[in-house]
Amino acid sequence: MARVTYDYVTRTIARTLGAPTRGYFLLLGSAVGLLGVGIITLLFLLRYGLGLAGYSHPVYWAVFITCFVFWVGIAHSGTLISAILFLFRSGWRTAVYRTAEAMTVFAVMTAGLFPLIHIGRQWYFYWLLPYPNERGLWPNFKSPLIWDEFAIGTYFTVSTVFLIMGLIPDIAAVRDLATGWRKKLYGITALGWTGANEQWRHYTRGYLYLAALATPLVLSVHSVVSWDFAMAIVPGWHATLFAPYFVAGAIYSGVGLVITLLVPIRRLFHLEEIITVDHFENLAKLCLLTGSIVSFAYVTENFVAWFSGNASERAAFWYRAFGPYWWASWTMYICNGLLPWLLWSKKVRTNITALFVISIFVNIGMWFERYVIIVVSLAGEPYEPWANAVYNPTWADWGIMAGSFGWFFMWFLLFVKNFPAVSISEVKEVLPPPKRVAARAGARHA
Amino acid sequence: MTTHFHVPLPKPLHDIFRPPPTPGVLGVFAHLDATLEAVKKLRAAGHTDFTVYSPIPRHEIEDALGQPVSPVRMFTLIGGIAGCAIGAWLTLWMSYDWPIAVGGKPIGSVPPYVVIMFEMTVLFGALSTILGILFNAAFAARRLGTIQYDPRFTNDRFGVFVPAASDKAARVEALLREAGAEEVRRG
Repeated sequence: MARVTYDYVTRTIARTLGAPTRGYFLLLGSAVGLLGVGIITLLFLLRYGLGLAGYSHPVYWAVFITCFVFWVGIAHSGTLISAILFLFRSGWRTAVYRTAEAMTVFAVMTAGLFPLIHIGRQWYFYWLLPYPNERGLWPNFKSPLIWDEFAIGTYFTVSTVFLIMGLIPDIAAVRDLATGWRKKLYGITALGWTGANEQWRHYTRGYLYLAALATPLVLSVHSVVSWDFAMAIVPGWHATLFAPYFVAGAIYSGVGLVITLLVPIRRLFHLEEIITVDHFENLAKLCLLTGSIVSFAYVTENFVAWFSGNASERAAFWYRAFGPYWWASWTMYICNGLLPWLLWSKKVRTNITALFVISIFVNIGMWFERYVIIVVSLAGEPYEPWANAVYNPTWADWGIMAGSFGWFFMWFLLFVKNFPAVSISEVKEVLPPPKRVAARAGARHA
Repeated sequence: MTTHFHVPLPKPLHDIFRPPPTPGVLGVFAHLDATLEAVKKLRAAGHTDFTVYSPIPRHEIEDALGQPVSPVRMFTLIGGIAGCAIGAWLTLWMSYDWPIAVGGKPIGSVPPYVVIMFEMTVLFGALSTILGILFNAAFAARRLGTIQYDPRFTNDRFGVFVPAASDKAARVEALLREAGAEEVRRG
């Protein structure tokens, strides 16, 4: 660690903003290509209607809503790492929180697209907003869907300002090293930051309150998303367990994606000294904790379905495990219920390759969790047996989903090349400050 | 023959972001403890409105300066309360303005509206916190004037800028050097 000084941190992180390589452009090109697939699919959906997606009665919430919940969930771990661990004063968060926070903002941006795609007639999206209109209509505030709109809107706004706030001192640090047009760009975006005590004084206080506000917010947002389902009476949805279950699942999947993103960033940008194996181990522990909560929720859910004696509930869970969608359910149970148990082993937790592979399966599992909850619960409605249908996603569903990955990775890749993807000032905060006394002592030993 | 009339217009933004330069002395420090020593000596010598630059926030600097707690917390509090009130007003007033009667349930039912009130509390609280930081930092900048700065302060150096007229600058220079400044500049 002796090598890691303030200057080393600034220069190492600023170097990540250097000229992009061919590999970077290749990645960015693939992301934009995937986004293109999504845009073309959306054009088809606009021209021919939502019938192109695989909707079949009674499954009218399907892959688009699955992707919505998936992306909102991804967002949550970013706020957990940046706000909740900030309040807990976890030193290790400093090296990873910026990546996680950027991931949050872009994941919410991705999630927000899905309700719009799902409504079919995007040009009427403003009907969701409480605006004065000639019919004197207002939204129904007793509907969880309107809660969701407020929750996601607030979450996007607050996580964006939180990200920007954290960036300001770092942009200033990069500004002071940059030349040419970048100096101008960072000069404007640093908002005149100099690190003066009158700036830090208000900044640190404000940051603390932002973290304190973001902490209950992040817990509320996925609770509200879960109430989109839990407030309805569909068996498999109507459970008081849903809010904590969804929040834990969200953080589990989000930490998974943080690991997926950090492994290549660390290698490509040579940040091994700043993002160490310890950081990955801590992320893996978070994954293990939240994964265990999710597993516990699976057990509870199935137990309650049996113990309640409710025939519909029992039928819904039997259909989940042994119905036509058994493969989706078992993918979910294995990836989320069994896989995190590998992380009990320190060998696995400190093996970056193993973590990378596990993190991908975590996200496959969590995507299927939402698919199982949404699609399978609707398809197997036991109180409406004449209306059961087997739903199958079509190319339109997959096209939009591919587009969402392209959209997310496009923003993420643009971010890591233009703004510091690791916090410069906060990484320095966990280093011992340069002191004369220490310098003298060091000189004596040398 | 033309006559030019020059009418000075008020430029509030310019005044906030580019206040007139303040004469003074800037010391650059490599070590935190030397910076703290300089702060203590300056306070003992009766200086008040000097500026300490640091790449990271340090509690030692805050303690040495003995500053009052930032007023940003009032912005957060007022914003949060306002947001909660707006959330309550939005939901209740809109419900009664277009009543949707379902199963004899109350038109304005508070439990579901708590969700909206909570979200609005967070939204307004966060946005007013941001405004609080921006306003307070901008007002401080305006009060202090344009002061000397060194780009190393965002990297690994600490700095102390002391506003001082040219007749007093020499004494301040000596004080900063004595505290351990590696570089002292007058401007």
